[in-house]
Amino acid sequence: MRFHAEPIDFERQPGVGAPLWRGRAADGEDLLRFAISVHRHDGRLCALWGSDERSNGHGFRVHAIFALDEGWQYLTLDLPADDPVYPDLSGVFAAANRMQRATFDLVGIRHDGEDQRPWLRHGGWPADWFPLRHDAGDSPAHENRPTDYEFVKVGGEGAHEIPVGPIHAGIIEPGHFRFTVVGERVLRLEQRLGYLHKGTERRLAGADFSTGAKLVGRVSGDSTCAFAWAFAGAVEAACGVEPSPRALHLRALLLERERVANHLGDLGMLGNDAAFGFGLSQFFRLKEDWVRLNAQVFGHRFLMDRIVPGGVAVDADAAGLAAIAGQAETIEREVRELQRIYDEHAGLQDRFLTLGPIDAALVRELSLSGMAARATGLLLDARCHRHGYAPPAPWGTLAVRPASDERGDVAARVAVRFAEVYESLRLIRLLAAGLPGGELRVEVAPVPGAAGVGVIEGWRGEVIVGVQLGADGRIARCHPHDPSWQAWPALEHAVLRDIVPDFPLINKSFNLSYSGQDI
Amino acid sequence: MISLTGFLGQIFAVALALALAPLLTGWINQCRAWLQNRSAPPLLQPYYMLHKLFHKDVVLAHGASSLFRFAPFIVFGCMVLACAIIPSLSSDLPFAPAADALALVGVFGLARIFIALAAMDVGTSFGTLGGRREMLIGFLAEPALLMVIFTMAMIAQSTSVATIVETLAHRELVIYPSIAFAGIAFTMVSFAENARVPVDNPATHLELTMIHEAMILEYSGRHLALIEWAASLKLYAYSCLGLALFFPWGIAERDNFLALVAALPLLLVKLAIGGALVALLETINAKMRIFRAPEFLGTAFLLAVLGLLVHLLLETQA
Repeated sequence: MRFHAEPIDFERQPGVGAPLWRGRAADGEDLLRFAISVHRHDGRLCALWGSDERSNGHGFRVHAIFALDEGWQYLTLDLPADDPVYPDLSGVFAAANRMQRATFDLVGIRHDGEDQRPWLRHGGWPADWFPLRHDAGDSPAHENRPTDYEFVKVGGEGAHEIPVGPIHAGIIEPGHFRFTVVGERVLRLEQRLGYLHKGTERRLAGADFSTGAKLVGRVSGDSTCAFAWAFAGAVEAACGVEPSPRALHLRALLLERERVANHLGDLGMLGNDAAFGFGLSQFFRLKEDWVRLNAQVFGHRFLMDRIVPGGVAVDADAAGLAAIAGQAETIEREVRELQRIYDEHAGLQDRFLTLGPIDAALVRELSLSGMAARATGLLLDARCHRHGYAPPAPWGTLAVRPASDERGDVAARVAVRFAEVYESLRLIRLLAAGLPGGELRVEVAPVPGAAGVGVIEGWRGEVIVGVQLGADGRIARCHPHDPSWQAWPALEHAVLRDIVPDFPLINKSFNLSYSGQDI
Repeated sequence: MISLTGFLGQIFAVALALALAPLLTGWINQCRAWLQNRSAPPLLQPYYMLHKLFHKDVVLAHGASSLFRFAPFIVFGCMVLACAIIPSLSSDLPFAPAADALALVGVFGLARIFIALAAMDVGTSFGTLGGRREMLIGFLAEPALLMVIFTMAMIAQSTSVATIVETLAHRELVIYPSIAFAGIAFTMVSFAENARVPVDNPATHLELTMIHEAMILEYSGRHLALIEWAASLKLYAYSCLGLALFFPWGIAERDNFLALVAALPLLLVKLAIGGALVALLETINAKMRIFRAPEFLGTAFLLAVLGLLVHLLLETQA
């Protein structure tokens, strides 16, 4: 299959996962031309990473995942071993910038663009040592000294910088925000992330499936179901395994429970950041009830390690499903009551409305997906039917309705969260009422050299995991991609029309993952 | 002439302020927690905090000058002085002539200037940010506070707080509409001056939204203890000032020892009710956008001016 008359042949990835086509670019020119074509058709750049294929007799390889209306396009480009350079995509897709820089830090393959600043490497390893190369060996003796980092300078009368973080006054993840302000007005925000780099991808090299599932499920703790499902989907596609309908429905149930838990927590935090502590305690009471039922029915409050390659690790019995359906009723009643309070609270609405706006054009430009994208009126949701796109099982039969709000501000993101909670509660009741039969878990026999990609609509946005198996059947390269990669730059734009003290509320309305991006 | 009871009353009032101020803070925190359906911290938590901080070493920033080290003592001293000249139990205060109501505003202003200077002294962006915002709030709150005091001073024909309270406490029960306006204006100013919701949030951990907290981020150990204590004293002073101006009944007058004894439980009851109301107002409000603060304090100023006009037009005819 070809897309938009580009000379690259794609073939559909087998299996029950999201519609994804795999193709190979002949040279850098092809990759760039395809990217431009995707951009022209309002597509997105979803992920970009690199791998070292020298042990298989090749050089290096760039992997890029694009999205068009009908699904995802997974494109690879082989690079020579001696001078691995590929064309800079950041001129087409701004989202490419940070992913390209991280790719160089980890694999040592370079784009030919201007911005060659490090992204994940903060001085923890030498600039000429690349941890994801097969011959990298152990980390060389190196004094971990923070490197200088060049922020974009803003000049002018009265402009000055406010550096914030990486250590914050509250207990949150580390990240550095460099504000340039005049008085309280924000002229520019530049982020520097990577403080939580854990070397997950290096640990994944050589891992078996169960270790891989555990590691990928911990890339960003609040999205463990989405990551675990995306990983399982990638492995299943690579090895030609299809999980049973029962397993798929249970996965959907777990994913929707994760979505509700996160939205409940964030809605509380959004109230709290506007000093409306009542909202925090009420929503956290609901969230606590929610995760306790998780522990009771599925054995883990945050549902870690419940989704595994081949299916799911736990079943839900009739009593558990009844409890889940009952709780969905109660929580919906309470959330509707709390929404009424939020909606009618003049002080809170004054904080939310018009704050931190982004629009659909910016969302397209930054390849944003997920909740924040839907809050600008774009109906991007991998679970939902839309023109030319059919969602994978089990979503097809559930007829998921995408939440949407066109305002694009904090109030819109709050409204979308509320709407998604109601929709997820509806889905949870539906799933709990009629789980199909089937095996919980089927055996996944590794196919040496196979590759697969999993795409799952997590609560924050599109979670993507790419897996490449080695000749020994173990994981050779695995890249977990968090939607925060695309959303962090959107936050830089969202704050531009507002003032410094409103930033925390804007930030919270996105609630992006540091850990998922820093991997 | 300083009477013995007056002198003892004065000493007792200051000691009471020092002892009671953290309790008031603890009480408000407790009420806030209850109203938000949380289990509350112990009532004595602010004392535990002070105890802990006084036993910790001070960590000073490299760039800190002596101003940074002395500011907590100056701020604390200002608040103790304020508590000494605001009648809480008795209006017989030998220290009262030291400063009248206008000078009281000046004392608060002095403390504000030093804390803002100290915040900028270290040169961190948050200190400067907080100092700048504090001066914005202060420069809008002070005129409103002065207007409130002018209204009360015109009713009592004196700018001495003690005299105002004596006059108001022992007048016949006449309804002054001007006092209602002044009372609302004073309440609004108090919330702004004491870094409470909706102007500031004393419980926040978000460094970018802070006003008061941003100024004291660099303080630690006994310096921080003094500043926290001073913040409690300021809240106590404003509460006592509000109670003395608008609910003065029960405050003992000169040489009335029995009334002095009765005044203490009454003060505790009034503070408890006042603290609970502060917590209630803080719970039902969200924090406003910082550029709404001028509107908020502008309203307070307008109400105070209205109070003054009402007094001039309606209450001085006879």
